[in-house]
Amino acid sequence: MLDVVNLSHTYGKGPSAHQALGGIDLNVAEGELVCVVGPSGCGKSTLLRSIAGLIKPTAGQIRIRDVAVSDTPGDLAVVFQDYSRSLFPWMTVGDNVALPLRRRGGDRAARRAAAADALEEVGLAAAATKYPWELSGGMQQRVAIARALAYRPSLLLMDEPFGSVDAQTREDLEDLVLKVRELHRMTVLLITHDIDESVYLGDRVIVLKKSPATVVGELSVKLPFPRDQIATRELPAFVHLRAEVGRLVRGKDPFRPFQA
Amino acid sequence: MISARVARGAAGVAGLLIAGELAGITGLIDPDLLPRMSTVLSGAVSLATDGDFLLDVQGTLLVWGLGLLIAVLIAVPLGVLLGSMPRTERAVRPLIEFMRPVPSVVLIPLVTLLIPSDHGVKVTVIVFAASWPILINTMYGLKDVDPVAKDTLRSFGFGDLSILGRVSLPSAAPFMLTGVRLATSIALVVALSAELLAGGSDGIGAYMIRAGAGSRTDLVLAATIWTGVLGLLANSLLLSVQRRAFRWHTVKSGGGS
Ligand SMILES: Nc1ncnc2c1ncn2[C@@H]1O[C@H](COP(=O)(O)OP(=O)(O)OP(=O)(O)O)[C@@H](O)[C@H]1O
Ligand SMILES: [Mg+2]
Repeated sequence: MLDVVNLSHTYGKGPSAHQALGGIDLNVAEGELVCVVGPSGCGKSTLLRSIAGLIKPTAGQIRIRDVAVSDTPGDLAVVFQDYSRSLFPWMTVGDNVALPLRRRGGDRAARRAAAADALEEVGLAAAATKYPWELSGGMQQRVAIARALAYRPSLLLMDEPFGSVDAQTREDLEDLVLKVRELHRMTVLLITHDIDESVYLGDRVIVLKKSPATVVGELSVKLPFPRDQIATRELPAFVHLRAEVGRLVRGKDPFRPFQA
Repeated sequence: MISARVARGAAGVAGLLIAGELAGITGLIDPDLLPRMSTVLSGAVSLATDGDFLLDVQGTLLVWGLGLLIAVLIAVPLGVLLGSMPRTERAVRPLIEFMRPVPSVVLIPLVTLLIPSDHGVKVTVIVFAASWPILINTMYGLKDVDPVAKDTLRSFGFGDLSILGRVSLPSAAPFMLTGVRLATSIALVVALSAELLAGGSDGIGAYMIRAGAGSRTDLVLAATIWTGVLGLLANSLLLSVQRRAFRWHTVKSGGGS
């Protein structure tokens, strides 16, 4: 579904140039949920913005369904790290969610209905007529997620989507992501710096290192579905995987493949 | 909150009026030089039903409104264009900074030579003066658009034109309106200046010249009061539009206005 080949990106030119990505290779299969973990500032957002076609990487290639991405692919949705800035304050929540659906055709009523369904899915059916700035941070984040879901993208990109919400909301939103991707058979690439979260959500975890970002390791997460916030996290396999990812992130151990 | 502000403002005006009146009564100021406040006020009341004066007000409103309208039609598209082309903007910026402080009043003699109609002269200088705040604010508003908001639409596959129409313009609209509000006050000042300097047959300025020639200083001052009232009304009208239509902007930028 998604192939990233030897992707490099350098910000700026000359002496102030900063290489953020140093040759990243990764792929995501159809229907897979892949988590990318890496330390703060390592280039995770840069990777995601390249895949979304928002920045032009200095080298390497990105292919979605074997078509090289040059411009914005159009069939993907992004949930940005700065979710509050990605919602339009002059529109109601309902209109925010419905706006991208213009790209999908269909009349106003159909767009409204799809937006209402998506808001229902994230538990915000009552907020459709409110404005984003009338909602709490966690609710705004759910609106951003609803907007991505309503679009029914074949590839969903999420950039630290739960970075700034409380623990309880975070768990709810994690389960929401698992639910909707099950429901809509979506392919998801989720970026996080939270090791537990990557193991809990992912089918696979890809670990990046810093300056410039390269892939240091990749783990298959063979935990049973449906996942449960309490039961899954106490499985020995979960604890083991978490430690393994942690080691990769900290760079204490050389990479050794892990089989669950 | 608003009524308290109005009350304080009214108290200030009343204080000034009373002080003026007392100065007249006590002989501190010669009433022939500066008429008493009560005379000026009763003059202002009588002007409200004076057909001649109302025609002059109409004349001023016409050039004021027309000048503003043309300024908006020129400055908003130009500001959008320059605001979305940073390189061109940097190239023309010095020119703008050079032209902007030119007092529009000094253009009157020149424009009078070029344009035979006195209305044309007035509208031209109003357009010149009123365009700058609209242009500058529009450019600023476009540069202030949140890049994340633009990226959001772009990531869903929207093109540049959609992004301009659906993100940049709505986001910059409050700044444009602020520009128009500033331009409205400036345009009124310039309209009066042009009427006083360029002469012409109608306008509040022309009325003042006639009243001054007849030594009716009280009516000159009364007309001044009405001019102030017009400016105040226009400003508060635009302010209330701004508060109502762009509540999201006030909220986002911290509630202050
Ligand atoms: N527009 C830019 N111009 C120059 N440097 C940039 C730009 N954007 C990011 N960088 C730099 O590139 C590096 C990677 O940034 P990026 O935002 O991709 O990191 P990240 O992994 O998403 O970080 P975080 O976990 O804090 O979100 C950082 O060192 C950052 O300073
Ligand atoms: Mg980031």
